[in-house]
This record gives sequence, C-alpha cells and structure tokens, in this order.
Amino acid sequence: MENSFFVDSDKLGEAALKKKHRLEREPGSRSNHMEYMEGMERISSDIMDKVLSEMHGYDYERYTGEDVWRALQHEVCSIEDFKALLSPAALPYLEELAKRAKIETGKHFGNTVYIFTPLYIANYCENYCVYCGFNCYNDIARKKLTEEEIEKEMKVIADSGIEEILMLTGESRSMSDVRYIGEACKLAAKYFRNVGLEIYPVNSDEYRYLHECGADYVTVFQETYDSDKYETLHLLGHKRVFPYRFDAQERAILGGMRGVGISALLGLADFRKDALASALHVYYLQRKYPHVEYSLSCPRLRPIINNDHINPMDVHERQLCQILCAYRIFLPYVGITVSSREQQHFRDGIVKIAATKVSAGVSTGIGDHESKYTGTEEEGTGDEQFEISDARSLGEMYQDISGEGLQPVLNDYVYV
Amino acid sequence: MERDIFVLGGKEFTSRFILGSGKYSMELIKAAVENAGAEIITLAVRRTNTKKNENILDYIPEHVTLLPNTSGARTADEAVRIARMAREIGCGNFVKVEIMKDSKYLLPDNLETVKATEMLVKEGFVVLPYMYPDLYTARALVDAGAAAVMPLASPIGSNKGLATREFIQIIIDEIDLPVIVDAGIGKPSQACEAMEMGAAAIMANTAIATAGDIPAMAGAFKHAIEAGRAAYLSGLGRVLERGASASDPLTGFLRD
Repeated sequence: MENSFFVDSDKLGEAALKKKHRLEREPGSRSNHMEYMEGMERISSDIMDKVLSEMHGYDYERYTGEDVWRALQHEVCSIEDFKALLSPAALPYLEELAKRAKIETGKHFGNTVYIFTPLYIANYCENYCVYCGFNCYNDIARKKLTEEEIEKEMKVIADSGIEEILMLTGESRSMSDVRYIGEACKLAAKYFRNVGLEIYPVNSDEYRYLHECGADYVTVFQETYDSDKYETLHLLGHKRVFPYRFDAQERAILGGMRGVGISALLGLADFRKDALASALHVYYLQRKYPHVEYSLSCPRLRPIINNDHINPMDVHERQLCQILCAYRIFLPYVGITVSSREQQHFRDGIVKIAATKVSAGVSTGIGDHESKYTGTEEEGTGDEQFEISDARSLGEMYQDISGEGLQPVLNDYVYV
Repeated sequence: MERDIFVLGGKEFTSRFILGSGKYSMELIKAAVENAGAEIITLAVRRTNTKKNENILDYIPEHVTLLPNTSGARTADEAVRIARMAREIGCGNFVKVEIMKDSKYLLPDNLETVKATEMLVKEGFVVLPYMYPDLYTARALVDAGAAAVMPLASPIGSNKGLATREFIQIIIDEIDLPVIVDAGIGKPSQACEAMEMGAAAIMANTAIATAGDIPAMAGAFKHAIEAGRAAYLSGLGRVLERGASASDPLTGFLRD
C-alpha cells in the first residue's frame, strides 16, 4: 500500500489550505520541476543523463541466481554485476553478499567505525515535501537558533566527546541564509575537528564561501531519482527543481569541498532503482573527480509529527542489508553512513559488514541538546524532523562498537 | 654474521619492520608493536588530530620512533602543512609523505611527492616518500634529499603482494637510498620475498589489521622479514633469481 502523506493542519487559513489542496490535486498548478529557478547556477555536466539512462533501463526482474553467483565471483564488480546484486534474485544469497562485503570493508577501512552527531540549527522551510516533518504546511514548532544558542548547543555536544558534526537546516534561504550558515560553520570549526553540512543546495561560489568558513563535507539527499515521482512529492519551493538538486554535489566539489555525500530516501519510489541511481551517482562523480571523498547513506522513510503512518513500504531490513552489501561490493572505497533512523540491532549488525559511520547522541529537534544530554528542561525548542530509532549516547555507542572488536574513531580528518 | 643495522635519517634500528597503526583498535597496537619487535610505527596526523578518549600517541611505547604520515594531503602544499602539524604535536622530525589525488585506489601522486620532499627537506625533516615505483621519480627523490624511498608493492589495502616486483627490483638496483616496500603486502611470505630482493625494510598495516589474531600476525611478519633479510645477506636469493652457474666455465677457452 502506498503511503498517504497529505495532512491538513487546522491552523492553516482558507487561502493557504486552498493553495495546498490545489498543489496536491492539480498537477497543472505546480511549476515545471525540470526548469531552473532564477539565481540557480547551471554547470556543464552529463552525469545526470548517464545515471538516469542507466536507471531507466534497469529491469531487475531479469536477473537470475546464476547472475548473482557470477557477480560474486568477479574480483571487480561491474555495473552489470551491481545490478544483479541489487535484484530480487540476490536476496537468497544475502549471507554470501554480506561475507564479500565484509572483506571489502576490511580492506579499505580495517576495523574502524566513525562516529558523528547531527546538529539541526533551524527548521524553517519553504518547501512542501509531503513526507517531511519540516514541510511548510506542517504545524510544528519552528525555531532558528541564534549564534549564542548555536554555541551553547555546540559546547554541550563537544563536552560529550563528539569531534565530527553535521550541521543541518530546513530549506529556507530567507530564514537561514548562507551567511548565517557560514557563521555557524566558523563556530563549529572552534568546537569540532570535522564539519559537514546538510543544507539546501547552493551555488558553487556559496559552497566555496562555506568551505572557507570551515566546512569540508556536503551531503545532499536526492530523495528519489525517479523525476516523475519526485515531482509528485516535492510540490512547492526550490527543492522542486530536480536537476539543480542533482548537480549539488558537483557544485560543492567545484567550490572546493573535500567530500560529498549522496543518498535516496528509501521507500519513496522503487527502491532498487533508487539504490542503483545513488551508487551510479557516486560512480560517475568519482570518475570525473577522483580526488574527492565520497559517502553514501541509506535512510528509510520514518514517521513524522502529525503523520505517524509514514513507513518505508517494501524496504524491510533484509532489503536494506542487501542494498548496503551491494553498495560496498560495487564501491569498496566509499564511506557508508547508517543513521539513527535505524534501530540498535540493525546498526550493530551492519557496522560489522558494510557501514563505516554511525551517528550517536542524536536529536533531530532544534536547540534541545542540553535537555537530551543532561536532563535539564529547555524552553522554546523547535520540533523534530522525524522520529529516531536509536537514542544511544556517544558513550554508549563507543562502548558498543568497542565491544564488538571494532575501533570507534571520533576524527580522521584535518582541515588544510 | 655482523650486527645488521638499519640506518634511517641518521638513526640506527635493528628491526626492519615498519608497522602501520591505522585500521585496528589501539589496545592491540601495543601488543602488535611488541610482537613485531617494531621500532618504527607510522601514524596518520589526521587520526592524531583528536581531543580525548582515543589519542593514539598514548598507546605507542616510548622507545618507538614515530613516523607521521601526511595522509589526507592532495597537493605538495597540503603535505607540507600536515607535516608541520606533526612536528608541532611532538611527533619528531620524521615524516612519511603521502599525497593522493584518487580516493578509490589511493595511488600516490609522484609529481607532487617530489615537490613536497624538496620543500620538507629544506625545513629539516627526514623525509620518507611513499611513491609509485618509477625509476625517474626515485632519482628525483634522491636529488630532493629523501632519506629513503617507499615504493608500493600493490594497491594499498589489497593484500596482493609484489605486483610491481620488477620495478621495485630496478629501484633497489639503481638507487643508493634504502628502499622500503610499502602497501599491498598481504602475507609474511610476500614480505620475505621483498626482503630477499634487497628491500631495506617492509611497511605493513592492513595485513596485520585484518588478521584473525593481530599480535600473532605481527610476530609472523617479524620472522618472515628477518628470514628474507638473512637470505639476502647470504647472497642466495639473488643468485637463484638471476640464473644458476654452468658446470664448465664458459670462459675456459681464454688463454692470457
């Protein structure tokens, strides 16, 4: 069964409600999602065409167990092999995939597992993405941290021992402009060794500015690579422009960022095609920009405030594990992050096979770290983007990873 | 046999096994160092760039010489900056130059490596450059003042052994600096073979880090490296490799 995403808040005025309903019900009322908006930089790149054409031609039903077996015998995993590993025919071979993935992970990362934490600094958003808790029509407590509040959050997090931070915002250029984010980066560079960003896509000169402020990693989720489906999920705002979002990592690289992260949100569309496209996005970028560090994430849909029915559909843990093993075998050198959207038992298992980075001490709300870390009451916090499934602190995560004979690493980076 | 001393950057070592410290838990580093009898251990500056909980320097015995590497550097300038950081945090004067512009294979960029070596030697560092085994680069590194050269045996982490065997042999034959074979050595037998060829020392990391029993594997490498070194010094390895001698002398017809 498809997810039902549409929820009407009774706080919306008549005009807003009318516009919302029109966007939801009348495709003709929505802007062309393949057309750039004013101010959006165009770069010369054929990567989107390559990825989409491979994805459209992918018929995963035609692969057999024989194809999977052959793919597992190959020393270098070709695109064709990867397609077999992602196909339904590979599910019965999951244990074999996991064994091979573990070997590849060991060769490139040894026993290390990196730990980071996300910090949401604002949840204002100008987009209407129907599955997201921050969407502009969702009735949630909005907040944008001041610089003093950001610094307070950072101190609490840094005191817990975290050295790598991923700063996030909702997608609102007017409420959280590039300058504001840049100031947050400068503060983060004081408290942390490694600063990453997950914000709305910007132009390459803006990425350069943010890099100079101290950020070196940029993650942008494409959500789904099926542009027709994308159009039905992102109904309003800058995020609606599919190609501008697709090229975000490339603009970040042109802006001097050391690493970029890529992902689809599994459960929105055909997850096998989205997984194929995500990995090929990395693959083609790597061929064009070999010096850059790449990472993949694998988030599944989660319930949000005001809609607790949202679920990842047909992406169960076995499928997620299959995707992650296939990613690892196809792209052995790529970092793989598994967030607190997944439960403890899954994260503990997958770091032994394919994942190389996990979050700890997570809050997806705004300005509530002190209450979450120390139990003190905080007022005027902003609501969360989605519900998390693994609330372990840094200390607990560190212990659990060490307990498995793995090496937790808080930082492996130097800003030069 | 005389005492076999390995001189590097003016320091004397008896062990010819350089141990990597990345990729495995730090509690095991100490045991690995002891079992390997290692006197030099490499560490990534970016891994030591940490605040608390896990400072790698705390786990390394005092008598061991630190060899910080510039992993993470994409250009000569970045390598120089990272090397300076290493000196500032008390890692001494030794530095292993690693410059990679490829995140997939992590192959070293020879051109930038030569540039970084020149710059760092001028700043008083003892420079050990990690390189792709190319004779011209090796000569340029000699001219730049390197203390040794560190050609790769095969892609890092691959455990594939001496894929570049012939080219490493050329460097051993033609270059007067110590040649330390680095990267891709997967088994003690491969380390032994490199030592038989005349390598001055072996550097290994993944092979140890991914072993079932890390300290035991460190010990196995120690013995293999010693065996290979002894074979090289005894002259056997090279003779067998380059052809056996005929029973009647080929030059027996010569009269004056």
